[in-house]
Amino acid sequence: MRRQALDIFVNRIASHPDLQQSEDLKTFLQAEEETMERARSQETGIFKKKPGDLMQIFKDVQSKVSDVVLGKEKPVEESNAEYEKLKHYIFELEDHLAEAQKHAFRLVKRHRELGQSLSDFGKAVKLLGACEGKSLGKAFSDLGTKSEMLSVKLQKEAHNLLMNFEEPLKDYVRAVQSIKATMVERANAFRQQCELAETTKLKEINLDKLMLMRSDKVGEVEIEYKELKADSEEATKRFEIIVRLMSEEIVRFQEQKTLDMGLAFHEFAKGQARLANEIADAWRGLLPKLESCSSLTHESQ
Amino acid sequence: MISSNSKNQGSLKETPGEEIDNLDVENDSTNGLLEYRTPMSDSDHPLSSPFMGKTENPLFLPENGDDPNPNLAKMSDLESTMYTDVSINSYENDVGEGNSSGNVGSVLRSGSWRADYMKITVSNPQKEHEMSSSVVGGNSFMTYLITTETNVVGFGGSEFNVRRRFKDVVGLADRLSECYRGFVIPLRPDKNVVERQVMQKQEFVEQRRAALEKYLRRLAVHPVIKKSEDFKMFLQLEGKLPFGDSARVIIPTEAVKGGRDLLRMFREMKQSVTNDWGSSKLPTREDDKEFLEKTEKLKDIEKQLSNVSDKAESLVKAQQDIGETMGELGLALIKLAKFETEEATCSHQRIRVVDVKRVATAAIKVGRLYRGSNAQTVKHLDTLHDYLGLMLAVQSAFSDRSSALLTLQSVLSELSSLDSKAQKFEAASSKIFGGDKSRIHKISELKETIRVTEDAKTRAVRDYERIKENNRSELERLDKERHEDFLSMLKGFVISQVGYAEKIADVWGKVADETTKFATGAPL
Repeated sequence: MRRQALDIFVNRIASHPDLQQSEDLKTFLQAEEETMERARSQETGIFKKKPGDLMQIFKDVQSKVSDVVLGKEKPVEESNAEYEKLKHYIFELEDHLAEAQKHAFRLVKRHRELGQSLSDFGKAVKLLGACEGKSLGKAFSDLGTKSEMLSVKLQKEAHNLLMNFEEPLKDYVRAVQSIKATMVERANAFRQQCELAETTKLKEINLDKLMLMRSDKVGEVEIEYKELKADSEEATKRFEIIVRLMSEEIVRFQEQKTLDMGLAFHEFAKGQARLANEIADAWRGLLPKLESCSSLTHESQ
Repeated sequence: MISSNSKNQGSLKETPGEEIDNLDVENDSTNGLLEYRTPMSDSDHPLSSPFMGKTENPLFLPENGDDPNPNLAKMSDLESTMYTDVSINSYENDVGEGNSSGNVGSVLRSGSWRADYMKITVSNPQKEHEMSSSVVGGNSFMTYLITTETNVVGFGGSEFNVRRRFKDVVGLADRLSECYRGFVIPLRPDKNVVERQVMQKQEFVEQRRAALEKYLRRLAVHPVIKKSEDFKMFLQLEGKLPFGDSARVIIPTEAVKGGRDLLRMFREMKQSVTNDWGSSKLPTREDDKEFLEKTEKLKDIEKQLSNVSDKAESLVKAQQDIGETMGELGLALIKLAKFETEEATCSHQRIRVVDVKRVATAAIKVGRLYRGSNAQTVKHLDTLHDYLGLMLAVQSAFSDRSSALLTLQSVLSELSSLDSKAQKFEAASSKIFGGDKSRIHKISELKETIRVTEDAKTRAVRDYERIKENNRSELERLDKERHEDFLSMLKGFVISQVGYAEKIADVWGKVADETTKFATGAPL
């Protein structure tokens, strides 16, 4: 299994137009045993640090992939203006959504913190009320109780916010990321298609040359050519499927997200309105009691 | 004695108050009556006189933003909402200026419908130079313009302006504490020990100006101190004052730092209270049980007050944070909306943008409302700090008492030892017939000393009793005022919370209505 994996891995690197040129790769593939031994002992090049560094090469490949998709590098890519626009849209969209989601999450935390501070405040006020006594003490105690009650409501709303607003935002981000993944696949498929087309072309030219020369290699090469042609067609088909699927996915994505976010916004606004009303009601309920406290104070004079 | 104020519309209810004896101020015709203190009462409150009603009395409209809050219970009234807007707006301006005297109670106590109305404003800070013969040249200092408007008879005028520097204020404070022993005298602003450059920085000057104003206004509502000759001189006399800042050791307080956000302001209003109740426990026998009980109670109250103040600080911070985050969320959504609009390729995006913008605008509005609400909270809960500061003043009133008792006790013991000495002499000289000249002389000297000491004892007794009485009446006044001020504070706090919560509910309610279609699955 390891042998197979290494096989696939090395070939992938070798077929990547940029990585092909890498000195490290050349060393890896070509150097004689003696040179390798020296390199291993010197801990230079690919033997830097630990074998874990092959992971690093792998990671580099991954990051190069997104570079490739974004067209940051030269290699083969679609020169489709519309698709370019889409790519930039998706990438920037993720940034904006991530920021909104970050603040939404923080807002949840703030609700919890406010709840906690209201609870602490309520307790402290009750203690003060116990010291003061009389009507003022009662007023303090009532305030403290209301404070504690509101604290509970805040914790509840924090949870609601998390489930019905922050979570949908996170989903939105995830949806965007999945589109990005599809884009990677599309880029790979495109590249493969191009490369195979290229190779097929070359093979065809070679074949023609051999046919002209009436070489006995013609048969062999003809078979190779036919295989390559089939592969090329398959790659093209694969690419086209991905393109079609992607455009369908985008349409569905836009529609779905409008609905999802609309609902999330609705829940958010509803929850906040409910909370604010509860707060207003709670405090308003205190006012008559406070009034009667002050009237008591006046009467006692 | 109850006197009615004919100047005012309606009648001010006054309670049969005790006359508080002044020490060295001649009695005015209006003795220190305990004025009727109205916390913000409802306009249909049975006990409030008609002209106290907010909607009628023009004096209730914000004067320099003094008036804190609307008193109508149902804030959703259009009228009250408008009023809330007015006072909320004036608050937002005032927070930076610190115009109000800090709590509702004292604002009312200095209200313009009273017979002995006194309004003090501190303004116009200016740099001045002290003329000095030294080669280095005089140092510079800030002076403040102190404007007093009053209708009190004793002043001989209705408006005066003087320039004073902070040193003058310190002098006044020292003088008052000497003259008004046993009274709970408001504490003067801290002497901040800061560098010269900071001294002249605008923020520091502004803070100091506000603190001075608050202090002078507090003095002006103290029933006894407002009649002080020294206080009057301070407000009225142009030029140098007869009492100066005696060379005292400056106790370094925390240097003033920059920054001006609400939370810091709230913290700074809290004067550092070093709980030094222990100092009042001098080696004296305090036998006044009621006094001891009251002291204990005040100690408890102080402890709880300090705790509440801490938790209030955390509450203010939490409110500030939530407002901030709400605003940030709004901004992030605005950016998202802008982006989607620019990149729009399908109708779904355009629909979505509308909703994103709705929520974004609401969030930003609500963020602002939270900030406004918090500014009010700070203003109201500041009363807590006022009373924490007052605890220190109470301690010093108590220590006046302790030292008076100590003086009395030492005079008494001196007297008793002189008496016993005299007795010994008498006994001894009676054995010698005729007595010798020196002994007779000594006895008459002793008798003279005893006489003087007796006088001292009389004075000490009188002082002690007087201070005791001052303590008692002050504590009573303090209790009453504290009750009323705290009730006002609670009402103010609650009313403002209700007002803002209603507004916030309104904003979100609209958004919820506009987005209902997503919940019911109606076609877009």
